[in-house]
Amino acid sequence: MSDVLSRRDLVATLLADRPADLLVVSSLGSPTWDVAAAGDDPRDFGFIGAMGQAGPFALGLALAQPERRVMLFAGDGELLMSLGVLATIGSQSPANLAVLALDNESYGETGGQPTATAAATDLEAVARACGVETTSTVSASAEIAGLRSRLLEAEGPVFAVAKIAPDQPPLAFPHSFDGVTAINRFRGAVLEPE
Amino acid sequence: MAATAEDWSADIFEVFRAHELSLVAHVPDAGHSALLERCRRSSELDVVGLTTEEEGVGLLCGAWAGGRKGALLMQSSGVGNCVNALALPAICRIPFLTVVTMRGEWGEFIPWQVPMGLGTPPVLEAMSVRVFRADVPGEVEETVDAAASLAFSTRQSAAVLLSQRLIGAKQFEES
Repeated sequence: MSDVLSRRDLVATLLADRPADLLVVSSLGSPTWDVAAAGDDPRDFGFIGAMGQAGPFALGLALAQPERRVMLFAGDGELLMSLGVLATIGSQSPANLAVLALDNESYGETGGQPTATAAATDLEAVARACGVETTSTVSASAEIAGLRSRLLEAEGPVFAVAKIAPDQPPLAFPHSFDGVTAINRFRGAVLEPE
Repeated sequence: MAATAEDWSADIFEVFRAHELSLVAHVPDAGHSALLERCRRSSELDVVGLTTEEEGVGLLCGAWAGGRKGALLMQSSGVGNCVNALALPAICRIPFLTVVTMRGEWGEFIPWQVPMGLGTPPVLEAMSVRVFRADVPGEVEETVDAAASLAFSTRQSAAVLLSQRLIGAKQFEES
């Protein structure tokens, strides 16, 4: 199939000419490399560990910064590890939070072992069942423009699944692997925007 | 000197206010119920219920990145759920404060509470969390204050263990 979504192209397209108020959180592994490949930006915070914590972090950030848009890029493995956070997001219902599941149905960083989404789990349905009303699943490039507008502009919480190719693009590292350097830079950009 | 759960929970609430906390995340515990009720009634604090305790670690770290301070309220069983999540505040040196009601120690009658009661202090210490403990009501206020000061001034993780002796067998008799 020629139209299987490439994660790198998808993330780059979603972040091109991004709004000034957009804060980006990405989960352990490939989503962090994808966001880094789209261009270094102090308004991005990428997890390189603490699997399962990117969702709670994005929710806390959204609750602290209700005037800013918070977008989370998370792998399917990441979300499956902490599915409960979708219930917490549904309960809190932050209007400024958008979550995109980059769903390649596999643990890409560790050799491509299948995740539960390869067998039976529908992350969009889980999010809906948790009370997130604006949800979608995309799998074709023609759907990206609509996805972008929902993620950036629709009243949140927004949850979307992008079914992506299980490829492993070249590694692209964020600004620093040092957690203190990374969080200080990000927090500075959040609290003292240019 | 505070004497009842209502009193020492009021002390904790005042410490939260003094340190300008605006977010309390929790998986509920009976020992925290008076404090949670007080937080819920307050317009200065938002209370976020979690599905599991480790969510509170990431949530409070994200909130701090966004300029809000908070605390995680949980019981000792929940500490075990937080272990890998505690890597986040440790490696980023994000201030993290938790107040833990202890089970499995003073007069416990449910055997299932004992392992994590024993495990709570070493597990926290193993994950770079500074551990404080209050055993009697009169110690609660200064202990939570000391832990909050350390957490937010020196950007460390700090836990206050409220001992089962403090929360007391009486509470279980009442319920």
